[in-house]
Amino acid sequence: MSKVLHKFTRKVPKWRPRVKPVKLADATPAQLEALKVTPSSTKVSEYVLTLAHDVEILKVRSPLFNAIMYDKGGMSRSERELGAIAASMVNRCVYCAAVHADRHDKLSSSTEVTDKLLARGMNAELSPRDAAIFNLARKLSESPPQANAEDLMALRKVGLKNEEILDLILSTSLFGWANRLMHVLGDPIQLAEDE
Amino acid sequence: MSIFETNTLVVSGVSPEDGIGEAISTRSNIFELTQLAEASVLRPMEYGMFPHDVRAALAYRIAANAGETQLAEHYAAAFGDNYNIAQSRIIEEKLDSTLIPFVDKAAHATKDIVAEDILKLQAVGVSDADIVRLCELIAFVAYQVRVVVGLRLMNGGI
Repeated sequence: MSKVLHKFTRKVPKWRPRVKPVKLADATPAQLEALKVTPSSTKVSEYVLTLAHDVEILKVRSPLFNAIMYDKGGMSRSERELGAIAASMVNRCVYCAAVHADRHDKLSSSTEVTDKLLARGMNAELSPRDAAIFNLARKLSESPPQANAEDLMALRKVGLKNEEILDLILSTSLFGWANRLMHVLGDPIQLAEDE
Repeated sequence: MSIFETNTLVVSGVSPEDGIGEAISTRSNIFELTQLAEASVLRPMEYGMFPHDVRAALAYRIAANAGETQLAEHYAAAFGDNYNIAQSRIIEEKLDSTLIPFVDKAAHATKDIVAEDILKLQAVGVSDADIVRLCELIAFVAYQVRVVVGLRLMNGGI
């Protein structure tokens, strides 16, 4: 038995696609190249196999994702994750929010921020710096985007430099993309044994 | 091509001489990949049921509805006879009456998407591969809208 999760959670759920993923055994050479796997591989996620229906963008999106979230310099990785969490909360991507809350916790060696976000959502009382970051990311994620000059000024007031603000805009925007794949193409599932 | 000639930076109005130009240059790989991503979703070799002009029309619609008129104008040049899709008039009633509401919902009310929305697309004959292609297009434009808005704010604009 399994059930679809609608509330944000810390425990990373399973993701169940709403469309049929590509079967690895039937994958074309172009799909295998994009997946960077051999037909005998067994550890390709259903999410990636779903995205393998469109290999041209999959081949570009993976390095773009890695560059935005992991490249050195600029904003700390944990703060980029905060942008990802804010976008995922606006777009209600329960799976993305859980994965990136977990990454934020590990990178910052603390659950303090995500405890507050999971308990109080958009009304969480964060430190001035985290609040300015979360607020810009939340408002940029709305549709149409609601971020304004005041929100930008708030980031500068808590000491963010241009390189950091740019990384926040990129990581938040990237999750505007990721959420529209993960949340639209599948469901976050809690398995019975996890209850 | 300089990164400042990529469509995303051109539309955002940022130049190398601007105060944020130096910061942007440190992430040149990201803007190069963003340009490649735009080509991959707007002008792919395997376009499925969404030819390039239809994709441009949908991109126009998504950007315009997000209030990003300059990005919408960028896409307007490429959609040719598919102006009707961009303006949400129905061309092929059964398909477009399902497709257009899905595009609008996935782009602008993402949180409200449910499994039934995908079932509706499948019921009018959209293949699973085309559903993924469509979602990638919607998702990329949503990303690009936010990068453009964010950069313009950073650069002192509204």
